[in-house]
Amino acid sequence: MNEIMITTEKLTKKFGEFTAVDQISFDVHKGEIFGFLGANGAGKTTAMRMLCGLLLPTSGKATVAGYDVYRQNEKIKRNIGYMSQKFSLYEDLTVKENMKFYGGIYGKSDAYIKQKTSFILDQLHLNSEANKLVKSIPLGWKQKLAFSVAIFHEPGIVFLDEPTGGVDPVTRRDFWKLIYEAADTGITIFVTTHYMDEAEYCNRVCIMVDGRIEALDSPGQLIKTYNAQSMDDVFLKLARKAVRVDD
Amino acid sequence: MSAILAENIFKTYGKRKEIKALADVSFDVQQGELFGIIGSDGAGKTSLFRILTTLLLADSGKASVEGLDVVKDYKAIRKTVGYMPGRFSLYPDLTVEENLNFFATVFSTTVRQNYDLIKDIYGQIEPFKKRKAGELSGGMKQKLALSCALIHRPTVLFLDEPTTGVDAVSRKEFWEMLKNLKMLGITILVSTPYMDEAGLCDKIALIQNGKILSINTPRGIVHKFQKSLFAVRSSHMLILLNTLKEFYEVDDVYPFGQYHHVVMKKGSSEEKLHSFLTQKMKNDFELKAATPGIEDCFIDLMKEN
Repeated sequence: MNEIMITTEKLTKKFGEFTAVDQISFDVHKGEIFGFLGANGAGKTTAMRMLCGLLLPTSGKATVAGYDVYRQNEKIKRNIGYMSQKFSLYEDLTVKENMKFYGGIYGKSDAYIKQKTSFILDQLHLNSEANKLVKSIPLGWKQKLAFSVAIFHEPGIVFLDEPTGGVDPVTRRDFWKLIYEAADTGITIFVTTHYMDEAEYCNRVCIMVDGRIEALDSPGQLIKTYNAQSMDDVFLKLARKAVRVDD
Repeated sequence: MSAILAENIFKTYGKRKEIKALADVSFDVQQGELFGIIGSDGAGKTSLFRILTTLLLADSGKASVEGLDVVKDYKAIRKTVGYMPGRFSLYPDLTVEENLNFFATVFSTTVRQNYDLIKDIYGQIEPFKKRKAGELSGGMKQKLALSCALIHRPTVLFLDEPTTGVDAVSRKEFWEMLKNLKMLGITILVSTPYMDEAGLCDKIALIQNGKILSINTPRGIVHKFQKSLFAVRSSHMLILLNTLKEFYEVDDVYPFGQYHHVVMKKGSSEEKLHSFLTQKMKNDFELKAATPGIEDCFIDLMKEN
């Protein structure tokens, strides 16, 4: 857990007069499950876009997988995975075609794609659905498949942006088991969620309020520090401090 | 008289009726009750809401709202109910104020006449009344949609996943608003995929794959959970999970916050679990009894079905 995969130092993004992300500093270690929480408008998405190499910071420093966010953002993109609830798979391609497509985009060889595809189909018990269109398979399977596709190229880090919205509690847990397994193989997980019980699955959690990091610790320690019953309590105590109007 | 009554509702989609959205759904909601339909995406919640708000015809079964039949009396129902669909359905290119006026006019009333009913909710977004609805944040859109659904003083309110994708603070605020509306005597049917919101309802129906698994008060649902439940943690949560899955005394084990919840088979005991863990995990574990919540009950009911 000592190798650092993400490091930021006073990372800041301003849009005109508005400071969306205000001098955030933190490290994320290899194989860590790092939860990134905040109310709508707290600056989570802006921070995440900078870390994914999609948005240039205004000031401060950050490296992701060892690459600098200012100068090496193309290298960052090649070395991370990304999945969001809103978009991840092509509905009108089959399960297999999606994997082939993503493998191709990341420049993987045919042999790699073939071997990885069969591994994932086995792991998710999706062999019988391999040639079905993604739009025809249940949401829960889609989400698991989307996660596997996001780490198809074996990136050092995967960013998950509210990955589990809307699914039932059993499927949500199956999904988290995949996350645990991926973390166990050394992939770093950076995840945002609105489910506070999921925040408790993380090794460490960072809570953003008004563009700043208000708290960063293990869920157990945060619950103790804030004299709370659960992460939900901790979150409400901190997020209610927000003065920024969510508009 | 029930405010909402559904009897043996079936609904299918597709040419060969191959997609079963609702299968034999029956329930009733008393006047002034806050009734929750709890289930994930694809469970059938939206089909049910659309049938009850007269926007969709069931294949078979009967339903009524305020004693009015959803097929025969659809015009009367539309005047008495407020409906907030899951997808944002206001006019994005009209301003906040224009949207509200539009809905008031459609129902032959005015904002001024009903302002007292919406002032707590609408008051929060009124400073932005000249802004286009499409440019509002999620939490503000939600407040505007609720104001529009209330503007004609409905007696029954249908809210389809009003808190999906909204952060924990706004969710809490939204449920506060519902409590206030309930105090005014409005009957509320609300659907949600968030189990923690179930406890805030008077009564809930758990729904999965178009079937109702259970209907009860939140307390009643939890009370029915008769199995023994434990919470376990360790510094190696994945190993712990996989290890417990192989223990024959364990009925089910799943992650639950900082712990894993372990449901034991009938006749098993804490001692057995403890000695198994001592053997497998050495001293690296913490074991305690756990109180079941709605989510535990839902998982249990899902697996039974």
